[in-house]
Formats: sequence, structure tokens, C-alpha cells
Amino acid sequence: MPIPIDRDELQRLIRDEQAQLVEVLPPDEYDDEHLPGAINIPLKALDRETTRRLDRNRPVIVYCYDSQ
Amino acid sequence: MSPRAAWRLESLGFTRVHDYVAGKADWGSFGLQLEGQRHSGTRVGAYLHADVPTCALEEPLPAVCERVRTAGEDTCFVVNEQRIVLGRLGRTALARDDDVTVEVAMTAGPSTVRPSLDLAAAIERMRKQKLSNLPVTRPDGVLLGLVRRDDAEHALNEI
Repeated sequence: MPIPIDRDELQRLIRDEQAQLVEVLPPDEYDDEHLPGAINIPLKALDRETTRRLDRNRPVIVYCYDSQ
Repeated sequence: MSPRAAWRLESLGFTRVHDYVAGKADWGSFGLQLEGQRHSGTRVGAYLHADVPTCALEEPLPAVCERVRTAGEDTCFVVNEQRIVLGRLGRTALARDDDVTVEVAMTAGPSTVRPSLDLAAAIERMRKQKLSNLPVTRPDGVLLGLVRRDDAEHALNEI
């Protein structure tokens, strides 16, 4: 089950567990601004092929613009 | 959107999936760095003055006025121990010479903005409210500093 996290936990996961950040917004929004170190895999494109670049042994953190 | 993405990743076999639900709006509103093509100078956070005068509710107004005038400022923000913005002393309050507490003289609940706010939107708000500056806070109300209208207008002309 995915775990909701806040900003502090995100920073901890990146620092302590080398978590991978994935912005799931469309590419133009990612190009405009994204969290440092994030990669872009838009929600519509999430599949076995596009997620192959992610390390399954490390945490994955997804985010979009906000909670709405 | 991100909850669906998180569940989709689980359906693809990922077992350590986390969802930063508040997203990059939250990240930016705390003044944290973002990367990308957007000009960083289009955000309020780029023009933040952190050395803004502050005072506490129970302080005597005359002493605060003297301190603010000495610093050459025309605004003082009233904060608690957690640096949460409770009020504002503007020019009118700072011109008072009666011996009252800050709490009596302040304007409570001043309008605040986040560092991620678009600079043009901040200028528009200051113009409408006839303010020379705006306090910049985190979403939890903690004061980060202020943005001055003069600085913001000058910066926008330069961009």
C-alpha cells in the first residue's frame, strides 16, 4: 500500500535511503519546474517499460502539483 | 493524480512506494529550491528580505517604534515564539505616541503570501491593498521575511 508522506519524510528518504523521485505530471510542467533530482514519468505513461529505469530495491516517491 | 500513480506503481510490482501528496506546490511554498526552465526571478521568494523587524504582542509600543525607526523600516510584524505572524504594525501604528502594548496597536491577521507566489500576482495584491510590502510566510504561518513592492516592480521590469 502506498504511504503518504510529508516534506520532512521525503527529505529523509532521499538522504537516508536514496529514494527515487518521480514527477507524474505532463512533460511541459516537469520542464517548467520540478523537485531537485526528480525524473519525469507522466501518469498516463506509467507502465513496465517506462518504469524500467527505476531501482525496485530503493523507495520510489511520486508527486504531482498538489493534493487536489 | 499522485495517489493513482502510486497505486499504478504498486500494480507494476513496486513494493516501496511513497506519495508526497502535497506536491511541488508545498515544496515551493516553503521556499525550497526547484529546478527547471522557469526563471527563478518570477517568484516572490527570489526577492525575500529575511531581516524584517519583528516584535511580540506584549511589548510596549513606544519601544518597538523606536527600534523600527532606528532600523530605518516602516513596518514591523508581530510574531509569537514560533515566529507565526499574528499582526502588523504599519506606518499609522508606528506613528502613535501613546503608551500601549503592540497588541492594542497592531492590525491583526495581515495578508501573507508564499515564496512560490508569482511576482506579478504579489505586485497586484500590494497595489490593490495599497501596501508597500507583504509578509512572506510558509504555509504553517512562520514568517520568512517580506517582499517590497519597489523591489518587485523593478525586478518585473527587468525580467
